[in-house]
Amino acid sequence: MSTPPAGTTVAPATSRGRFDPREVRGRFPLLIAKREPPLVYLDSAATSQKPESVLAAMDDYYRRYNANIHRGIYAIAEEATAAYEDARARLARFIGARSREVIFTRNSTEAINLVAYAWGRWALKQGDVVVLTVMEHHSNLVPWHILAAERGIELRFIPVTDSGELELEALPGLLADGRVRLVGVVHISNVLGTVNPVEEIARQAHAAGALTLVDASQSVPHMPVDVKALGCDFLALTGHKMLGPTGIGALWARRELLEAMPPFLGGGEMIREVKLEGSKWNELPWKFEAGTMAIAEAVGLRAAVAFNEELGMEAIFEHDRALAAYALERMIEVPDLRILGPPAEKRGGVVAFELGDIHPHDVATVLDHRGIAVRAGHHCAMPLHDRLGVPASARASFHCYSVPEDVDALVEGLHHARKVFG
Amino acid sequence: MGEWDELYRENILDHYKNPRCRGTLDHPDITYEDANPLCGDQLRIDIEVKDGKIEKIRHSGHGCSISQAAASMLCERMEGHPLEEVKALTKEDVLELLGIELGPVRLKCALLILKTLKAGAYGITQWPGEEEETA
Repeated sequence: MSTPPAGTTVAPATSRGRFDPREVRGRFPLLIAKREPPLVYLDSAATSQKPESVLAAMDDYYRRYNANIHRGIYAIAEEATAAYEDARARLARFIGARSREVIFTRNSTEAINLVAYAWGRWALKQGDVVVLTVMEHHSNLVPWHILAAERGIELRFIPVTDSGELELEALPGLLADGRVRLVGVVHISNVLGTVNPVEEIARQAHAAGALTLVDASQSVPHMPVDVKALGCDFLALTGHKMLGPTGIGALWARRELLEAMPPFLGGGEMIREVKLEGSKWNELPWKFEAGTMAIAEAVGLRAAVAFNEELGMEAIFEHDRALAAYALERMIEVPDLRILGPPAEKRGGVVAFELGDIHPHDVATVLDHRGIAVRAGHHCAMPLHDRLGVPASARASFHCYSVPEDVDALVEGLHHARKVFG
Repeated sequence: MGEWDELYRENILDHYKNPRCRGTLDHPDITYEDANPLCGDQLRIDIEVKDGKIEKIRHSGHGCSISQAAASMLCERMEGHPLEEVKALTKEDVLELLGIELGPVRLKCALLILKTLKAGAYGITQWPGEEEETA
């Protein structure tokens, strides 16, 4: 089940985890590479680092059995095909899904675009409504803006409270007129770390005759996610935030929907039969996978899934949340520091903040000079920043290799930034 | 080891904390506003022109120390100069005033003032330095 455990206690952060983050860290070549100043990587919400096993798996594919999939009759092509399909099967199992319902994409942005272009164009007509939230990443806003302009659909938004949580009380009103066909919601906010009650949203959406799309970019990499337990209809995820390579992500959707929807991209592999005047679509999931896919990346993602399973998603979530709680506690020490988002028990391993009047870019630059990597800007969530009344923010985010010392370095760096700009 | 003072030289911090030519003008001949969507920096310039010369120039808005210091420095330098000179300003002029090297993201912060100034004075909207980057 994906409901977060309530009331996580604080520091010494990771000692309660079932894995030792210091040992885990040793398996990430980039993190243990000699560097002066040493790297303090606090931008895992943007992209995670990659363990040796992922790099080795991709290298092994290219060196030993590089071949195109689903075509060759020869041994290495069969091996490549088996590896690619095994990656799908393992990813499917990882999120409680069936292989046939998992479509490989480039990333979650492409997965959401697939829903907008294939399902949306097919299912939505003028006057239909798509409900989103104010805390969506641009990737779950812009595809719908495009569709709204093209199809005359209406967009509505679940508002966000001052503390960065969804105003769920508004949802029944938004659903009331029966015109809503889809509710799209981010599972964990990439800015605030807020863990949204997706199950409850899906339940209400279904009762109103609407489908649910979950942007799981930040949740699948950090917590147990089971699509059946969430009760959603579409779920978008990306590989590079879950210790895997860039260029591979996935859309999960209920089989009936995928069967009914027309394809997204046309080309090789997604067809069963092509004549000059038309084509018949391939069966699932290949109907949605046109052209040569990211084979090496799928193989890398398979290794990443194995790595995550080895540590355990419960343990990773607990570790991330404990670190976030520790960060919240330590950052209170820094004068003029304002944390954005909800209290520790309602968030994942993400902490966005403002430091007095100091621009987040300046904060990030001072930190960078001390080897500390944080994100600064609007984090592809401009409407959320508008709502919170800040033009931009700085953000620290964690993964399984993050340690309390990273937080300590951050806090020291923030004190220093105040001195520089004070 | 990179120390903060390599980037945040006294000069930049001084212009950031005590900006020159800061504010707005009640009757500007030229007023122009632009923003850097990447970081939310916003900048407005007001210019009074007399006999082809920049009689008064003021900048307002908000942004990081680099964008604010660059605005302060460039406005201070251009006040009293012919408006025509704005056309000839380059990326290098701004970097020379700042006295630092910048990565691509922070470079946009530094060049916001140049972009705003050129767009306001001449309707030149091409990003300074874009020519060579895309060549």
